[in-house]
Amino acid sequence: MNAPLRKVGVVIMVLFGLLFANLNWVQAYKADEYRSSPYNGRVKLAEYKRQRGVIMMAGGTQLAISTATDDDLKYLRSYPLKEQYAHIIGYKPVNIGSTGVEYTENDFLAGESDKLFGDRFRDLFTGEQTAGGNVLLTISPTAQERAFNELTKNKVGAKRGAVVALDPATGAVKALVSMPSFDPNVLVNHDTEAAQAAYKALLEDPEKPLLNRAISEINEPGSVMKVLMSAAALEEGRQPATEVTGGATYQAPGTTHKIPNSTGVVCPESITLIRALTVSCNTAFARLGVELGSKKIVDVATRFGFYDQNLSVGRLGDRGVPVAQSVLGQLVTGSGGDDQPTIALSSIGQASVSMTPLEGAMIAAAVANGGQQMQPHLVQQLVGPDLTTNFYVADPKPLRRSCSPSVATQLQQMMTSVVEDGTGTRAKIEGYQVGGKTGTAEGGEGEETHGWFVGFALKDGQPVAAVAVFLENAGKGGSSEAARIAGQVMRGVIADKTGK
Amino acid sequence: MTTPPTPIAATPIIKPSTRALPEAARAARRTELWLLLLGMLLVAAYLAAVEANMLETVSSDFWAPAGVLAAVFLALHVVIRLRAPFADPVLMPAVALLNGLGVAFLRRLDLGRAEVPDRADLTVFAGDGGRQLLWTLIAVFGAAVVLWFVRDHREISKYAWTLGLAGIVLVLLPALLPGSISEVNGAKLWIKFGSLFAIQPGEFAKLSLLVFFAYYLVRKREVLALASRRFLGIDFPRGRDLGPVLVVWALSLLVLVFEKDLGTSLLYFGMFVVTLYVATERVSWLIIGLLLFFGGAALAYVLAETAGGPFASFGNRVDVWLNPFDEPYKSGYQLTQSLLGLGTGGMFGTGPGAGNPLQVPEVRNDFIFAGMGEEVGLFGLTALLVLYLLVVERGFRAALTVRDSFGKLLAGGLAFTLGLQVFVIIGGVSKLIPLTGQTTPFLSAGGSSLVANWLLVAVLLRISDAARTPASMGGVRK
Repeated sequence: MNAPLRKVGVVIMVLFGLLFANLNWVQAYKADEYRSSPYNGRVKLAEYKRQRGVIMMAGGTQLAISTATDDDLKYLRSYPLKEQYAHIIGYKPVNIGSTGVEYTENDFLAGESDKLFGDRFRDLFTGEQTAGGNVLLTISPTAQERAFNELTKNKVGAKRGAVVALDPATGAVKALVSMPSFDPNVLVNHDTEAAQAAYKALLEDPEKPLLNRAISEINEPGSVMKVLMSAAALEEGRQPATEVTGGATYQAPGTTHKIPNSTGVVCPESITLIRALTVSCNTAFARLGVELGSKKIVDVATRFGFYDQNLSVGRLGDRGVPVAQSVLGQLVTGSGGDDQPTIALSSIGQASVSMTPLEGAMIAAAVANGGQQMQPHLVQQLVGPDLTTNFYVADPKPLRRSCSPSVATQLQQMMTSVVEDGTGTRAKIEGYQVGGKTGTAEGGEGEETHGWFVGFALKDGQPVAAVAVFLENAGKGGSSEAARIAGQVMRGVIADKTGK
Repeated sequence: MTTPPTPIAATPIIKPSTRALPEAARAARRTELWLLLLGMLLVAAYLAAVEANMLETVSSDFWAPAGVLAAVFLALHVVIRLRAPFADPVLMPAVALLNGLGVAFLRRLDLGRAEVPDRADLTVFAGDGGRQLLWTLIAVFGAAVVLWFVRDHREISKYAWTLGLAGIVLVLLPALLPGSISEVNGAKLWIKFGSLFAIQPGEFAKLSLLVFFAYYLVRKREVLALASRRFLGIDFPRGRDLGPVLVVWALSLLVLVFEKDLGTSLLYFGMFVVTLYVATERVSWLIIGLLLFFGGAALAYVLAETAGGPFASFGNRVDVWLNPFDEPYKSGYQLTQSLLGLGTGGMFGTGPGAGNPLQVPEVRNDFIFAGMGEEVGLFGLTALLVLYLLVVERGFRAALTVRDSFGKLLAGGLAFTLGLQVFVIIGGVSKLIPLTGQTTPFLSAGGSSLVANWLLVAVLLRISDAARTPASMGGVRK
């Protein structure tokens, strides 16, 4: 019986050889694929082993922190200021995709960035898990708080809207609010089923609270467009005091549609350019648009930031949250000539002109900054886990030249007139030169109008703040309320800047 | 060989007292002792590594489970010294090391399940690890009893018919009982006594059936081997001799269908075919066996795809095996998580206590090998495979050297069954073959498996002792 016993022994050896070969396949050849598989829960667990860095503001206010827990995911992310910063910070949940700064600066916060190689290398020897890096934002706490409070408690009952404030000289984002907001804390719950349920509820909310309206949605700008038309007119040799043709209505060539002025706007047949902007005269700017032609309008709009497909807000020269493209729409006919009726409407911010609130703020910032538009950014510094080593400090970068300094100065003068004695008087700030432009845009069929205000504040000719406020379907008084909110937000920027 | 085994009283056995032992036996026991202590040191080191990774400190009593195990195995060592002094010195320490690592890993799982602050308070006999420790105590006691009272393995053959009948009852019992009593995770392999205590009768059925096979085949081997018809150049047995083979085949198919378990049926059938082949030395039995089994399995698969019903679960298992990532959170969940665990471990593993084996479902039972694989890596698992291979091959060596046919068949059958079971479960969790619910011998949590496998080892020890006893001391008993 020994011969068959030996053979059976060999069979077992072969079977074990197969097991060994197969384990090599699974544990060596396929190891990397399995290790990083989306179905591998360990990927998440590993992420939570190291304390994630803090997202904070100047002054040390912490916006996103990780605290130790008793469960398998060692650290719980929380957002102490809840709704106020939701669209800036975003969220970093267990099983849901992350957004905002949590997303764009994930590598540094998680401690996996190449910048933190030194810490990881040291961890190898000490066996510790040094926390991730910290992110310092450009946000002005007071401006952000004002923006959130004034927007959510706006006096015209708008339910949706956005505010963006910039430092015109640097492009730093000083405030960014989208309404309605949400509490990101429910999404980062370690009870992933509860988090998923909360996420689903937010997704299904008809008001779309997860949407960042400040940068992700474009809307008709209404009369805000007249700032760009003024810039075009000034560049074509007109002065603020140049008389242009206004009147009660304007009928563009090739159409029977008559563009009227808004109710209560008094616009004589002959009106100065500055006066036309101050009272927001539709007929003057519609006619001006047709005279200037589509090429000029597209050229100016592009220089002020329209048609930018690559803009993002985050860290300069690196990842940021992408910004929706602002557009003018089709201004030429099929044969290539100017579509004058459309140009007339587009010149007063109707037809297919659409822009983001951020673009509105960037127009105002360019005007305030002598025609130089700066790259908007949200991350001021990347600070090491030790809170002293800086791995990155924002070095403001020019984005593009929007107009010449002289045109910018004239635009400042004209926009200041709007706030001094025109439609934007509620944005005034004692001791500062405030300029701006209101806008009322038609909402959808049967909906209330949108209210806009874009503006800036100067001190001794130096730019202090630029802001855009958008109130969706705000109805009557929307642009005036927007101007008021803009003034409050800029006061907030000034308060943080001057310490008052 | 058709004569009944010689009664024990007829064999003069020199009472083995330690002093009278020849140097060969004493050297073997010394080796066994040192290997055992080395193994327990490894277990203690594993426990220390687990604590270092999970408590971030090594407690002063980290060695306690290893200490308890060492005491238990030392007692067994003494029994072997007294009652089986010539037994193979590698067998027991190798099994003890597997058993010890199983306890250590189960304890590691307990720590993983406990809240972080409570981890330091886990007592020696708490949790799955503690239960396994207690079961080890019982299992080793059982092995010691067998070694103490069964002085000659041929005595076992006296109870062959009883054991054979008991085996069939044990196999069929879970299939006949209602699912509420016998079904766990889709396989009807259990008898549950309340909610806390359950036994897997199949684990014991394996042993008793094997004793019967060995006894029956030793008696029938000549007629099975010689009376044959030649067909296609292969000698085929007579139809009437095929009877028992067909009965076992039908039995294993019943298990497959009603207990929803391919692994167990493969195990029984493989066990029978191999003992048949060894007894008759005829390849034709192997060919018939393999054809019957794979034919039956293929038929079951076809039925599963077309008729469904009791075959459906078998069909699902095959589908999951072929494409586990098709439904990674449903039917494929267990296998994908097992593979992800193994893959995460990679070549060297995360280290004991540093991985996340609890991500793998059923990691304390069927998937313990995948769970350990994450932490000990390919190198550690290869070491475990080598340990198993060592036990199996030592079993075969005992079979080769023992002088009586019953002993040869029994030892060879036991060794093969153990090896096949390791292949079926480890092949299953690593996607070499379709996954079936088998315990991983000596590692998986569970008393039935541990007790049955230690009894198996006791029998192997007993046969190896007979094999290695010199002729001058009554070793030749043919």
